[in-house]
Amino acid sequence: MTWFNRLKDYSKQQTDKLLNRYLTQIPSGIWRECPRCHSRFYYRRFGNFDVCPECGYGFRLTARKRLRMLTKDAVEWDADLVTKDPLSFPGYSEKLQRAQKITKLNESVWTGLALLDKRSVALGIMDPYFIMGSLGMITGEKLARLFERATLHELPVILFTASGGARMQEGIHSLMQMSKVTAAVNRHRQAGLLYIVVLTDPTTGGVTASFAMEADITIAEPKALIGFAGRRVIEQTVKQKLPADFQSAEQLQKNGFVDEIVPREHLTEELKLLLDMNQSNAWRANHDK
Amino acid sequence: MTNKEKVSAAEVVKRARSDNKTDSRVMIKQLLTDFREFHGDRNSADDPAIIGGIGRLLDRSVTLISTQKGHDVENRLATHFGSPEPWGYRKAIRLMKQAELFCRPVVTLINTPGAFPGMDAEKAGQGEAIASCIATMMNLKVPVISLIFGEGGSGGALALASSDRVWMTEHSEYAVLSPEGFASILWKDAKRSSEAAEVMGLTPAALLDAGVVEQILPEPLDLVGLRQQLFSAFNELFALTPDALVEQRYQRFRKF
Ligand SMILES: [Zn+2]
Repeated sequence: MTWFNRLKDYSKQQTDKLLNRYLTQIPSGIWRECPRCHSRFYYRRFGNFDVCPECGYGFRLTARKRLRMLTKDAVEWDADLVTKDPLSFPGYSEKLQRAQKITKLNESVWTGLALLDKRSVALGIMDPYFIMGSLGMITGEKLARLFERATLHELPVILFTASGGARMQEGIHSLMQMSKVTAAVNRHRQAGLLYIVVLTDPTTGGVTASFAMEADITIAEPKALIGFAGRRVIEQTVKQKLPADFQSAEQLQKNGFVDEIVPREHLTEELKLLLDMNQSNAWRANHDK
Repeated sequence: MTNKEKVSAAEVVKRARSDNKTDSRVMIKQLLTDFREFHGDRNSADDPAIIGGIGRLLDRSVTLISTQKGHDVENRLATHFGSPEPWGYRKAIRLMKQAELFCRPVVTLINTPGAFPGMDAEKAGQGEAIASCIATMMNLKVPVISLIFGEGGSGGALALASSDRVWMTEHSEYAVLSPEGFASILWKDAKRSSEAAEVMGLTPAALLDAGVVEQILPEPLDLVGLRQQLFSAFNELFALTPDALVEQRYQRFRKF
């Protein structure tokens, strides 16, 4: 066996292990355990929104489940784009296939046109179960197209972020997505259009360091983990134990980065209200003339 | 303004500083519907001494920014009795730029002894933050109306009052610094603050004469009336082109 095959084999074992972990993180069975407060509860107490009845933490959702919570009227965009394997990374294509099977998405973000009670929005939902919602080339492509289409059709954008950061298997190509999407966000803003981001658990790394922090209005879900560097990396670097609520949505708000923390069950109503307040403005009609 | 009594400038200052002033949050609630508070300067912190957000004035969206003293001890300490820190002004700047982008007018409500003179505040660039806030307001392409409803403490107040129109309530004051500070700097005697208050011309009537403010509103404030007044004033100001609006504001301050 050549070293390369050994590496390939090892890498496959690792990805399988990881994938199994992601799979098992999708709650199943009749008991749930909250990763924040560690309380265990019967699944019916979850309610319709998958929220911990004890502490209010919103469990991670697949993009399709999140979409169902928001609206029934939606048209998906760019479901036909196919992820390339720019580094021919061992085991990557299998990993992608499994992620696609779990999430029923072509990539780690769902994008499309959605109606929130007659309000048209360009909607993006990242899926934390698709290789940790990592930022692949096609993820970036779908997001850039989302903002470009929104600019063209003068639509507001609502984006739910959930990401472990860059897609390591795509190397530098993943990194480039941060600038690519940011540029599309800029043009959307320059057209005077509204961008609302909803930071969900977890939003980290390259996604935090780009379009997650570029919205006009920044909402976060309670207790969501939001940060740039990973907790362990920071702890090893500063040689200190970090407080439990470090990088929590609540802490982030105190530090000046979050407008509102909105519990999942109120989210749809809040988004509609914010859309209405921004879009319907008779003074604007005067002013733009 | 009802001219029911002649009060001394020192008495005006006392009333302006009164603890019985309407709480900012209560005022906002009565002035706007669906007010949504937005937090943070996107840089370092969220200052409780400045509240900002969007809401509806009658049927139209406006951005509102207000200083906040708080009504209990804990709140008053957290806000340093309504003295904003640099991150408070930077939040205000962020929200004003957002208002401009979405073509919303801006209302500012002011009751502050001044910007907070603290070490952290100084380190974070209190001066720069106030300067940027003024610069932002002077260039803003949407109308801004300010109401001073208590203390208008120096640069800390001006930072939010570089507006198209500045209104004051009957029992409020607006000055380059506190009468105590004025007396101690010019006369080396803080006890002569009453005398200083007279000299400084910090009463609403004196400021109206000087053209620093456009209108004095009687107290207790009629918030339903104020809503209507703001609405009409914004209608007038929105009739101007954005460039004409900025030019008018330029001339408003150029005359001094
Ligand atoms: Zn919990």
